[in-house]
This record gives sequence, C-alpha cells and structure tokens, in this order.
Amino acid sequence: MGTLIFFYLAGVIVLTATLVVALRNPIYSAMSLLVMFFHVAGLYVTLHAEFLAAIQIIVYAGAILVLYLFVVMLLNIKGEEKYNKQSVVALCLGGVLLVEAVVLGVSRGITVASPRSHSQGEPGLPVGNTESIGEILYSTYLFPFEIASLILLVAMIGAVILTKKDIFESKSS
Amino acid sequence: MSVPIEFYLALSGLVFLIGLVGVLVRRNIIVILLSIELMLNATNINFVAFSAYLGNLAGQVFVFFALTVAAAEVAVGLAIIIALYRHHESINVDDFSMLKW
Repeated sequence: MGTLIFFYLAGVIVLTATLVVALRNPIYSAMSLLVMFFHVAGLYVTLHAEFLAAIQIIVYAGAILVLYLFVVMLLNIKGEEKYNKQSVVALCLGGVLLVEAVVLGVSRGITVASPRSHSQGEPGLPVGNTESIGEILYSTYLFPFEIASLILLVAMIGAVILTKKDIFESKSS
Repeated sequence: MSVPIEFYLALSGLVFLIGLVGVLVRRNIIVILLSIELMLNATNINFVAFSAYLGNLAGQVFVFFALTVAAAEVAVGLAIIIALYRHHESINVDDFSMLKW
C-alpha cells in the first residue's frame, strides 16, 4: 500500500516536473509546479514530516508561486517560440546521465534495497513532529535560525531597492 | 515505511535532472527560475527521506533553511527580472548580454 502511494506521488511529481520544463506558456508551467508542490507535500506526509508538508504548501504554493504568477502577469509575456540553441547538447547530456542512473540502479538496486534501515529508523523519530522540530530548531540550530532571518531581511531590502525606480535620483535632487 | 530509500533517491535525482535540463534549455528567464525551484525541491526530498530513514531530525531542519533561501532567492530573482524588463522590454535570456565581454 505504501509503495503504491509512493509510486503514484512519484509519477505525478516526475510528470508535472517535466511539464514545467516542457510547456511554452509560463503560466501553465507555474500551474504544473503547483501540482508538483502539493504532491511533494504528500510525499513528506508519508515520510512522517507533517510540519514540513504544511510549510511546503503554505510557503511554496501560497507565497512563492503567487509571487511568480504576479510577475508573469505584470510583465505581459507571450509564449516563447523556440527552445535554447544548446538544447541538443543539454538533451544529450541529460540522456547520458539518465542512462547512467538507470544502469547504476539496475546493477546495484536489487542487492542494496534491504528493509534493514526502516526497522532501526522508526524508534528515533519522536511522536510530535512539530514539537520536536521546534525544540531542535530553537536549541541546537538557534544560530542558523537567526542567520536565516538575516537572509530574509537582506533579500527584502534587496528586492525593494532593485524594483524601486529612481531611488538614488530622488535622494540627490 | 516499506519503500526503500533508493526509490526516494532516484526520484530526487530525476527531478533534479529535469530542473537542470530546464535551466539549460529554456530561454524564458521566469521558467529558468521555476526550474531552480525544481532542483531545490529535489534536494528537499532527499533531505526528508534521509531524515526519516536515519531517524535524525536535522534533515528536516535543513529543509526549513533551504526553504528560507528559496524564498529569498525568489524575491531577489523576481526583482532583478522586473528591473531587467524595465530596461530591455524582454525576458529572453538571449537578449541579456550586457555583462558579456
């Protein structure tokens, strides 16, 4: 049953990821990315990361994707005509990497795929996912947490300065 | 948790590969940023899978930080796109060669 759910989620994720790259209209790309975000959130739920699933939907689907759609509508873009000139090189490289990954997976996957890891991984996870993440975030990872807030502040200031039109001219005049 | 972790790694690698091809192939700068989001999501899947299988919550905390960086990247990236569009009336990456020698 778990395997079935995983294959459904993985299939939809790969399909929509391909659509993001393949579709010509940026709005359609953003919409298929939205579907992908929801299925990645489902994948997080099956991995017992419920807090991250909620964050994924709220931040990615709710904030980041809306920002993308705003910019797409703001810029009034027509669909592009052609792919990039290096698409042949990129597709060849991608094909080679894909074949390599498949060969590696087939040659090693059967022997390595043992259920040993899940029996010892289960008792390490505490019951309440959100509580345990909050505790570890505010104790062990307190300093990176503060750095993250600093990154957000810098990004906010940078975005405001980049998009504001004549910020230096108005100050000098 | 009956799914072996190799499946998650394969899925993550595949999504990362799709995002990489998108960055290389597409000319629309917004779709390039969307492909970067794909790659970030692939790494997040990896982090969460390892976190669940090793019983260590550090992976989930790092997904949290990756999310922060993704949000900052989107804000600055879209601001740059708007500034570029204001100057050049285009979002095709082939039109932007000001930094090229």
